[in-house]
Amino acid sequence: MSGHGIEARGLVREFKNVKAVRGIDLEVAPGEIYGFLGPNGAGKSTTVHVLTTLLPPSAGTARVAGYDVRTEGPKVRASIGAALQEAALDPWLTGREHLRLQSALHGIGARERKVRGEELLERVGLTRAADRKVQTYSGGMKRRLDLALALVHRPTILFLDEPTTGLDPQSRSALWNEVGRLARDEGVTVFLTTQYLEEADVLADRVGIIDLGRIVAEGTPEELKAEIAKPTVEASPTEPSQLGAVATVLERFGEQTQGSPGSVAVRLDGKGDLADVVRAFDAAGVTVENLRLHAPSLDDVFLAKTGHRLEGSDEDTETDE
Amino acid sequence: MRHGLAHQIAFIAWRSVKRTLRQPAVLIPPLVFPLMLMAVNSSGLRAATHLPGFPTDSFLAFFLPFSFMQGALFAASTAGTDLARDVDTGFLNRLALTPLRGWALLVGQLGGATVQGVVQAFVYLSVGLAFGVRFVTGSGGILALLLLSILIAIGWAAVGIWLALRTGSGEAVQSQFPLLFFLLFISSMNMPRNLIEVDWFRDAATLNPVSYMIEGLRTLIIGGWDAQALVLAFGMTSALIVAALTLSAVALRQRMART
Repeated sequence: MSGHGIEARGLVREFKNVKAVRGIDLEVAPGEIYGFLGPNGAGKSTTVHVLTTLLPPSAGTARVAGYDVRTEGPKVRASIGAALQEAALDPWLTGREHLRLQSALHGIGARERKVRGEELLERVGLTRAADRKVQTYSGGMKRRLDLALALVHRPTILFLDEPTTGLDPQSRSALWNEVGRLARDEGVTVFLTTQYLEEADVLADRVGIIDLGRIVAEGTPEELKAEIAKPTVEASPTEPSQLGAVATVLERFGEQTQGSPGSVAVRLDGKGDLADVVRAFDAAGVTVENLRLHAPSLDDVFLAKTGHRLEGSDEDTETDE
Repeated sequence: MRHGLAHQIAFIAWRSVKRTLRQPAVLIPPLVFPLMLMAVNSSGLRAATHLPGFPTDSFLAFFLPFSFMQGALFAASTAGTDLARDVDTGFLNRLALTPLRGWALLVGQLGGATVQGVVQAFVYLSVGLAFGVRFVTGSGGILALLLLSILIAIGWAAVGIWLALRTGSGEAVQSQFPLLFFLLFISSMNMPRNLIEVDWFRDAATLNPVSYMIEGLRTLIIGGWDAQALVLAFGMTSALIVAALTLSAVALRQRMART
């Protein structure tokens, strides 16, 4: 592994009687965006705390940027940036003052500090709000400042712990764009935890699904979906009285699954594709008003691997800004 | 790249001072309440000056050091609550991810308390002088009193920092302060120790380090350059600073468990 990636072997972290992380193995290549997907309490944040040296591991090994998290903490910290779960900011300081403090503590000289601060404020769209106290910022602005603070010392690896939780779709999308740009244009390795399926799907090159402290599946989103999930066909008849007939036809192609009210859905089991379904409806003389093919989602993968759905995956988001 | 201890202390102190000065709710009550208590006690307890052996005929002059002590405890509450908030919000983790040294955090964090101590000391002193308090030690005594009162504020603020690191909760820090105020009330704040007639109270006041801090401040106003009182006051205050910072350093190592 090159010096810019992340590697963990048998990583364990216990708190008194609770094993939050139960033997995690993972590898993140330089420049890769790795999505760490799991519900609340799965062990995502504890893993991040161990990999960022904020917590020592109880067992196992981890190397970040080529350095051992247990014995080379200062070198690890010099190589990484982190925006942890809550945007930890001082409500009484301005955005610009936060950047000044953070870069000063990283040992950046006064001139570079000023230039870097302005550059980052512009990049995250906070130049106009830079001299306002953070207590007046919206959730999205705080998250953007948090990201800027994580980048002041030009880290090669970036840890983002649920960076878009609670953000409105616009702020979420803006943050995704910036994270994607960092990986693509600057070669920054990104370790991103999330409980949003869409986020992992859109942003991550590879996804690790964690449940109860263990990685239960790992691969590209496409690989995971192809491995586990099958597409779903959903049809609603023109006449509600024909719902039974629709079900009879569809059941030939797979197992029935939950669909919208007034429709029937089946998960295709490989006995036919959408064209075959259409021909079967024609042959049976059943007319349908809507026929939809749902591609498999990471939620299907999560369900298949853990036996339950990912809580919060369809959670409403707060509107800010 | 500059990672020097002084550089880090300066920036943490800069933040601490900014934060303190931007919170009127933190600055104003410590100025108002001690002055109110001073006004009430200096008129209500004036008769105590007629007791044989009472060291002055001005109860205001006698009671003025209490304001400095009470203000110091307010500064301690501010320093502790602010740091506890950093623990609670994860700001301490943000700092832990930088090359910040533990001692720089502890010392720098006292910056706000120091500024608060300076502001309070000047206000109490000005009010005392405006209402007729005269220092028997002259202007040198005023300077010594300012220095001692600021050191006392730093010492108690270090206690606040220790409590914050131990508990990680602003509420828990604030809940400890009645205990510290209790120390203040069982000291020689209202009466010279030799005039306290209740044995247990006199013994408690004698064992209480707060009595020596108050007596050090008091001797500069009404007693004179009493070397013993001043050595005890500066000594107790220095011991408090060293002990609280040492305990804080241990608590910080446990709280900031970075590798």
